[in-house]
Amino acid sequence: MSTTIERNAPIAPPEHDQHPQRKWQDYFGFSTDHKVIGIQYLVTAFFFYFIGGALAEVMRTELSTPAPDFVQPEFYNQLLTMHGTIMLFLWIIPAGAAFANYLIPLMIGAEDMAFPRLNAVAFWMIPPGGILLMSSFFNGAPQAGWTSYPPLSLVSGKSGEEIWILSILLLGTSSMFGAINFVTTILLMRMPDMDIHSMPLFCWSMLATSGLILIGTPVLGAALILLSFDLIAGTAFFNPAGGGDPIVYQHMFWFYSHPAVYIMILPFFGAISEILPVHARKPIFGYRAIAYSSLAISFLGLIVWAHHMFSSGTPGWLRMFFMATTMIIAVPTGIKVFSWCATIWGGKLSLNSAFIFAVGFLSSFLIGGLSGVMLASVPFDIHVHDTYFIVAHFHYVLFGGSVFGLFAAVYHWFPKMTGRMVNETLGQIHFVMTFIGFNITFLPMHQLGLQGMNRRIALYDPQFQTLNIVCTIGSYILALSSFPFIFNILWSLSKGQKAGRNPWRALTLEWQTASPPIIENFEEAPVLWAGPYDYGIDTESIDGNEDVEDMLAEVTAEG
Amino acid sequence: MNIPSSILTLIAGVVMTLVSLWYGQNHGLLPIAASNDAGDVDQLFNFMMTIATGLFLLVEGVLVYSVIKFRRQKGDTTDGPPIEGNVPLEIVWTAIPTVIVFILSIYSFEIYNRMGGLDPMAAGDSGPQMAHAHHHGQLVALNPDQQNIALGLGISPDSKQGVNPLEIKVNGIQYAWVFTYPETGVVSGEIHVPVDRPVALNMTAGDVIHAFWLPEFRIKQDVIPGRETKLVFTPNKIGQYPVVCAELCGAYHGGMKTQLYVQSEADYQAWIQENTFASNDEENQSVAMNPTPNTDAEFLAPYAADMGVNRDTLAQLKPAESK
Repeated sequence: MSTTIERNAPIAPPEHDQHPQRKWQDYFGFSTDHKVIGIQYLVTAFFFYFIGGALAEVMRTELSTPAPDFVQPEFYNQLLTMHGTIMLFLWIIPAGAAFANYLIPLMIGAEDMAFPRLNAVAFWMIPPGGILLMSSFFNGAPQAGWTSYPPLSLVSGKSGEEIWILSILLLGTSSMFGAINFVTTILLMRMPDMDIHSMPLFCWSMLATSGLILIGTPVLGAALILLSFDLIAGTAFFNPAGGGDPIVYQHMFWFYSHPAVYIMILPFFGAISEILPVHARKPIFGYRAIAYSSLAISFLGLIVWAHHMFSSGTPGWLRMFFMATTMIIAVPTGIKVFSWCATIWGGKLSLNSAFIFAVGFLSSFLIGGLSGVMLASVPFDIHVHDTYFIVAHFHYVLFGGSVFGLFAAVYHWFPKMTGRMVNETLGQIHFVMTFIGFNITFLPMHQLGLQGMNRRIALYDPQFQTLNIVCTIGSYILALSSFPFIFNILWSLSKGQKAGRNPWRALTLEWQTASPPIIENFEEAPVLWAGPYDYGIDTESIDGNEDVEDMLAEVTAEG
Repeated sequence: MNIPSSILTLIAGVVMTLVSLWYGQNHGLLPIAASNDAGDVDQLFNFMMTIATGLFLLVEGVLVYSVIKFRRQKGDTTDGPPIEGNVPLEIVWTAIPTVIVFILSIYSFEIYNRMGGLDPMAAGDSGPQMAHAHHHGQLVALNPDQQNIALGLGISPDSKQGVNPLEIKVNGIQYAWVFTYPETGVVSGEIHVPVDRPVALNMTAGDVIHAFWLPEFRIKQDVIPGRETKLVFTPNKIGQYPVVCAELCGAYHGGMKTQLYVQSEADYQAWIQENTFASNDEENQSVAMNPTPNTDAEFLAPYAADMGVNRDTLAQLKPAESK
């Protein structure tokens, strides 16, 4: 375990000035540095987050009254389609890729990704994809929902729909390029002493994520290309008017888009597994269980897709099969949640912004997970499918899960990325407003769905107005919560307290280099002197004291 | 590690269990149940709600307790205890969810079966209608009452639903539901059914995919152009219930609603009388999108007639099968 690596290349004296520094222009150009690319991903993702959020606020404003009075129903459908597409393909997936790009090489002691140029290409497909998608607003945006089921998608605005397809194809390809890089880098470029079981859990989760991307995305691509032919060439792969089968599209769509949920949540599962031990000062509870459960989720995630189609053209026996597989996925997910709880139990918790967002993640994702198990049950799902119960469920998973995890990750790695600490007070205000706003917005939606409010509607039954007003108020709080965050980030970038190399006293390798890390990451080859989560081994309470001393002696001797 | 004394843990556990049991029955989240099947689904939901409440309280309790109890003291820079895992504990929290989802799966299967979801006549997929001529010669020969070859919920195995159901054709078009009563030729934009008699809906769509949802009956089935789907249910409460389209079908999707009237037999007959003057026009043919003016029934009628099996014969067979 305890060894050092001798570096053969001549080592520059450890003077920071001798390293070339990143210029601000680098962040706007075709850089192959994984850290630059990571930040490019993250900033781009946040840009689209605020656009997607603004669209959501327009929808919530519309829904404060039962009549479609604030926006036209047609425009409302464009809003919901664009909101979904932007939040999934331009916010959460790129944000996950942002952290993967930034962290994987640092965590495994590599200088860069395996294919730096491919990595840059992958990023630079996102802005054109995003701009293309946004441009559809000038020419009639797509309005068939982010699922784009035919035949509706074939009859509601050709140009918008085609732009949507092209943009998703671009973004999907970008995502695959990224995944190729992540897998190769994790498997082949770990520092020699790091075996796969001493790799940080974030890398495990990215391994699972990348597998899903590589298996799922091509199927979505195929579905969208065929849909495109139906749309512009008049073929009838999915169009029943020509003998096509719209249900096949649904199968192909969900074959990607269910795993996509895990593509969106697994990176943040990984981030949570990094963040909790550092701020709880305790080893992660059940490293292997968490690592393998990521792989189990990834595998099971591939065979549950038709639970999105229980009330669609799915025969009864197939509904039962997908019910069973969907139920089983609760087991590895439960293992993770329980292990995270056990990680913080008995620790010494620093309630800083990163940690409270991580706890917020646990408590919100739990609700999404529990409602997910309910939805696996076919007889119940038949009642609530395509209702606000579903809207509540997936926002608890994707906002309560992914986005809370994402904010935890931003607060946790901000010092590493920028060399400055964030303002804790503003961070805590941000958390409180986000957590309250989020729950006020989405908790009542469970009831709305159960009571009979279907989703994707601009006009609804007046009996649902009270709860809808509550949701709308919550969404305004959620919108306002962005301001302390934006202000905090901008302020901390220039005025934040300087962060040292390792402000959290964390053990993973990214904290062993400067903040921000130098251009090829490590001054000299990093030393793997402890496992990623070996917190507490230097206290008196462990009987392995000699081991630690031996280890340190060895390090000193060799170094 | 600070473990609360076993007595406190026990009390907390008992309280959580009681709260879960109470909330599982008293959440008040569901609208009234207007059929027996809906009552079954509610029981299932209550059961899941009980378990979910228990798990929610457990995990949130651990989180809140930890955040209060295990806060780092000012100036304390030491680490917590180096506990890296606990295999028996991990086995327990793997096994418990496994058992829970196993029970839930079996329970759900049972309810689904009771709702008629596994009725072999309904649970099979006929595929797009265009392909009928090739694919279903065999099936048609076996099941002359071929309208049952569809997706959706069919006849409940333990009920008398199969006996003389009221057949109604449902056509979903942007943004309306059209109901046709084949027995009487009534065509209506709202659906009237008598109480306590099984209703069998044979549904298709004229343009895009819609979904036929009866919230008070807890049943929903997508209505797909070029394909027939089926719902069988038995209303048991007189009243007026919303019929909602639950699949995005265009700009005015939210307005695609009508009412289901569950009436006494007499009221229902009166309504049928009032509306019988409505013409027998096939409303299907007015929909330009529909490539197959022939419904299953029309297409297969000659074959079915040759078999010499009619609804009465089937009705005699059905109860015998269920025993």
